[in-house]
Amino acid sequence: MLEEDQNIETRLIPILEQVSDPEIPVLSIMDMGVVRSAIIENGIVQVQITPTYSGCPAMDVIGEDIKKALKEANYESNIELILAPAWTTDWITPRGRKALEDYGIAAPLDAEADKAVLLKGKRMVKCTNCSSQNTKLISQFGSTACKAQFKCEDCLEPFDYFKCFK
Amino acid sequence: MKQNLYKYILGIADNSLILGQRMGALTGHGPSLETDIACTNISLDLFGQVRNYYQYAAKLKGDNTTEDDIAFLRKEREYFNVLLVEQPDTNFAYTIARQFLFDSYHFLFLTELQKSYDITLSAIAKKSIKEVSYHKRFSSDWIKRLGDGTEISHENIQEAINELWTYTDELFHQTEEDKIMVKENIGVDVTRLKEVYYDAVNGILKEATLDIPESKWFQKGGKHGIHTEHLGYILSDLQYMQRTYPNMEW
Ligand SMILES: [Zn+2]
Repeated sequence: MLEEDQNIETRLIPILEQVSDPEIPVLSIMDMGVVRSAIIENGIVQVQITPTYSGCPAMDVIGEDIKKALKEANYESNIELILAPAWTTDWITPRGRKALEDYGIAAPLDAEADKAVLLKGKRMVKCTNCSSQNTKLISQFGSTACKAQFKCEDCLEPFDYFKCFK
Repeated sequence: MKQNLYKYILGIADNSLILGQRMGALTGHGPSLETDIACTNISLDLFGQVRNYYQYAAKLKGDNTTEDDIAFLRKEREYFNVLLVEQPDTNFAYTIARQFLFDSYHFLFLTELQKSYDITLSAIAKKSIKEVSYHKRFSSDWIKRLGDGTEISHENIQEAINELWTYTDELFHQTEEDKIMVKENIGVDVTRLKEVYYDAVNGILKEATLDIPESKWFQKGGKHGIHTEHLGYILSDLQYMQRTYPNMEW
């Protein structure tokens, strides 16, 4: 997360890292890149979060979870939802990408490759089970709008692919 | 209140609300699990976008108006969506044709709205266009699959395109509010999108081995609140809970 717009006070980082994404519990919201700023003003933490997708139903829960985690660390907080700059999969950290893969969700490819696999049927997404690239697109939408459904033709594992979003 | 801006926002948002309601109603009724999931995911994206627009509109309106008041408590004539998005799901071909004809427009529209001088509208456009580019891929892909598929799928999608074609011209119609918003560099001059739109749409139809409809007569009215008979039924579903149990929450 090298995004220059991000502004998070160092001492708040370990607290925020404990909050996980309700839809992908292995992933912290920090690794997902949805926390854009967290600064302490007059003893109150002002947090700005941004949704991954406009219709992300997890945002209310994420807001509440952040409030709760900060409260346990004796901080009061205000949560604000911001839309700009718009979230991109580039904000998922390397640690986040690894957590996704370990969980069974293939991490997003770059924009070019993403188009090739989703539109041209190119086999480039690595199977999360056996690492084979002999994988086939089943559906452009998976269990949530941010994912597509793939199937490995070597080990036959069906799995989700996190689509590139930028 | 900025009345023109308020109405302009509703004009954009109502398209997403009504199309989202149409697609959401397919939950559990899609022809296959994958298309079912796709339609409902598209619906969810559209509802997410609608919330952003209505929250902004509610702020402009003041008087403790909420996004829900705007979504649920207007009368039929106070919705300004285009007629295209309220057309029924006669069969899967109609669902795909409607989505394709709207997505192709939606993508061009949002591309321009990103440049709006209104920072909230520009931010919503920048966010939404990423989602809409996936919708457009999905519906264009299906147009080709059905068009270039079996004899029956070809016939059905051709019929759906022919039937819905009459609603495409309205996408490029401007109301008085639209014109004022364009002048203030807030709104998009949709008249300038028309040529690119038909070029893009015709290109995909050709690829799908489909004929481009020749219809010269076009329906309009939605942008002025005059709707086809379908909207009333959609709204009675959409508004049922808030009308029956005012202010209910869950
Ligand atoms: Zn495999």
